[in-house]
Amino acid sequence: MLEAMVFYILAAASVIFGLLMITRVNPISSAMTLIGVFGALAGLYAMLNASFVSIIQILVYAGGIMVLVIFVIMLLNLHKDDLQPMRAQPFWVILALVALFGTILGPILFCVLPNKDWTWGSLTPDFGTLMMVGEKIFSDFLFPFEILSLILLTAVIGALVMAKRKL
Amino acid sequence: MELYPITPNHYLALSAVLFTIGIAGVLTRKNVFMTLMSLELMLNAVNLSFITFAKVNSDLTGHVFVLFVVSIAAAEACVGLAIVIALFRLKETVNLDMFKSLKN
Repeated sequence: MLEAMVFYILAAASVIFGLLMITRVNPISSAMTLIGVFGALAGLYAMLNASFVSIIQILVYAGGIMVLVIFVIMLLNLHKDDLQPMRAQPFWVILALVALFGTILGPILFCVLPNKDWTWGSLTPDFGTLMMVGEKIFSDFLFPFEILSLILLTAVIGALVMAKRKL
Repeated sequence: MELYPITPNHYLALSAVLFTIGIAGVLTRKNVFMTLMSLELMLNAVNLSFITFAKVNSDLTGHVFVLFVVSIAAAEACVGLAIVIALFRLKETVNLDMFKSLKN
């Protein structure tokens, strides 16, 4: 019962923060509400026995990526007059949500999911801990993990080349 | 789908709802920051599905994939924001409607 209550609170928080995010005029408010979504999702990950991923979600998303986004938003120093023409039109937002509900969400919620009866698998007590995930990464996924470091290096150099005024 | 107990279907439904909100944000907003942040929301919705199925199948591969997606999202945000800075230097705006140099 407690699990259901926590799930519904976190789910409602993530959906409400998500809707707030796509309707705010000011990008800073949107970034703050998006951090709320990430926090709620980290709680849901923790409920799904994914303790390490939950911590990484907070550290990397809320602590790393969103700080970068907020930093760039503040760097560009946009004025209210610049932001007003780019505000969300409620009509178009509602139209998009209704259209997507008809094409994507409705079929998933009412046709696909009711016909599936997935149940939770049997878990060992250390499922999702840092040790188990680390063993998986460094045994089966060692090569993709090393490629990932190359991707990050490429991204950093690419970002420097693009953002620098002249090389 | 009953309200109680919580089954994997509940998590998958939430994931679908969040993904839809993300697409709606990409489609309706003209601010380039909003598009980037809606993309992050869509990535997170997919991550929730990965974690749910990891628990359903008792398999940690889903967790590893989520960690990879988070790393790729960090790289993507880094490059995307660099492009935004370069574009702002060129056009003095972040309105997506103004970026149409390739039209015609």
